[in-house]
Amino acid sequence: MCLGVPMKIISRNGDEIVAEIDGVRKEASLMLLGEEVALGDYVIVHAGFAISRLNEEYALETLALMKEIYSPEDMQ
Amino acid sequence: MKYQDEFRDRQLVTIMADNIRRMAEHLKQPVKFMEVCGTHTMAIYQYGIRSLLPDNVQLVSGPGCPVCVTPVGYLDQALACARDSANIVATFGDMLRVPGSSSSLMEERARGADVRIVYSPLDAVTLAQEHPERRVVFLGVGFETTAPAIAASILEAARLGLKNYVVLASHKTMPVPMEILTADPDLALSGYLCPAHVSTVIGGKAYQPLVDKFGIPCVVTGFEPADVMQGIELLLTQVLSGKSSVEIQYRRAVTWEGNPKARRILELVFEPCDAVWRGLGLLPGSGLAIRPALASFDAQQVLTIAVAEEHENPACRCGEILKGKLAPFDCPLFATVCTPEAPLGACMVSSEGTCSAAYKYGR
Ligand code: SF4
Repeated sequence: MCLGVPMKIISRNGDEIVAEIDGVRKEASLMLLGEEVALGDYVIVHAGFAISRLNEEYALETLALMKEIYSPEDMQ
Repeated sequence: MKYQDEFRDRQLVTIMADNIRRMAEHLKQPVKFMEVCGTHTMAIYQYGIRSLLPDNVQLVSGPGCPVCVTPVGYLDQALACARDSANIVATFGDMLRVPGSSSSLMEERARGADVRIVYSPLDAVTLAQEHPERRVVFLGVGFETTAPAIAASILEAARLGLKNYVVLASHKTMPVPMEILTADPDLALSGYLCPAHVSTVIGGKAYQPLVDKFGIPCVVTGFEPADVMQGIELLLTQVLSGKSSVEIQYRRAVTWEGNPKARRILELVFEPCDAVWRGLGLLPGSGLAIRPALASFDAQQVLTIAVAEEHENPACRCGEILKGKLAPFDCPLFATVCTPEAPLGACMVSSEGTCSAAYKYGR
């Protein structure tokens, strides 16, 4: 039930969007989302509602940090 | 950027596993980290994360599956609603097979009860609109991720002037049980992988009191294998440096503030109440009740729901599993008598339940 997935917004009509992941489409409501979204944005969809918009800049930053190899100095 | 595949890269996960192993060599004593989110539980089993960790870094599962922490008494109320032919019971799919004292919603449906699975609570409102002669009872279960969606459905029903939509609410809120578990000396937790999607709503700041009070490291972590590994790295770094704080690993979706709009809608409809958790008992202020002004949408107020004394299978160890004190493999019924096809306890029913995840993905 708590499953929420990142889905791409492919159409929008007011507060209603259609979002897609791996070819699966779902309708979702923007009623709970405070921030503006545009077509092509990714949102976390949970129980029929978009609850968060994904931030690409932070995603790339996180990935870059993941690739860093730990060095003993980190522990000092 | 698809936000999924990139964080499932095997090579990346292997590098991180090496990092963790090297960091763990500096630990003075073994550490035990808890995840309190069903989706983490699933991911950890699915990707075999435990097998990538050194012996002195242990992961335990906590009360992260909303269906699992819902007490039998609630199920019995839902079953009583289903037996009344005036009602259509609408629910998320994972409630269907959870055993109540005497049956499950699935069994009631086989006997003729009108039980419908919906994907969104708004679908249940539509159902009420389409069936003005019947009453739709929606089973409102879930944490802060789901509660705003249910709240929105109540506001929508109010806007439409519906008189036949009610919610049987049993919502729970997350930071409270974490306090109880942190204070438990038997568990001796060293840190939390804080839930991902709950935190999109409540924000990283919700865990600050936990850090202030207990000095326990808290890292809000995403669901993909590389996210979980990085969450563990960040927790280890905190443990090794002796400094604890709230960190957000899952920055692409979670902010410090969370989602104020979702919280506002939640607070418009619900107020805090005491709630019973399977395994943890009655925890003050850990649940959400529908506000008196909206009592006409509250199944507890509108319906007289009579239930007999509740009965739980005494051999089921779900309660201990939800506290992180036992693993599924410690339950003698696991995978022998109790399987996803014939579940004895809630932890085996929900796909996010610890027993179900352990069954599906093995060790
Ligand atoms: S394996 Fe089944 S009986 Fe044992 S604790 Fe899990 S759900 Fe309960």
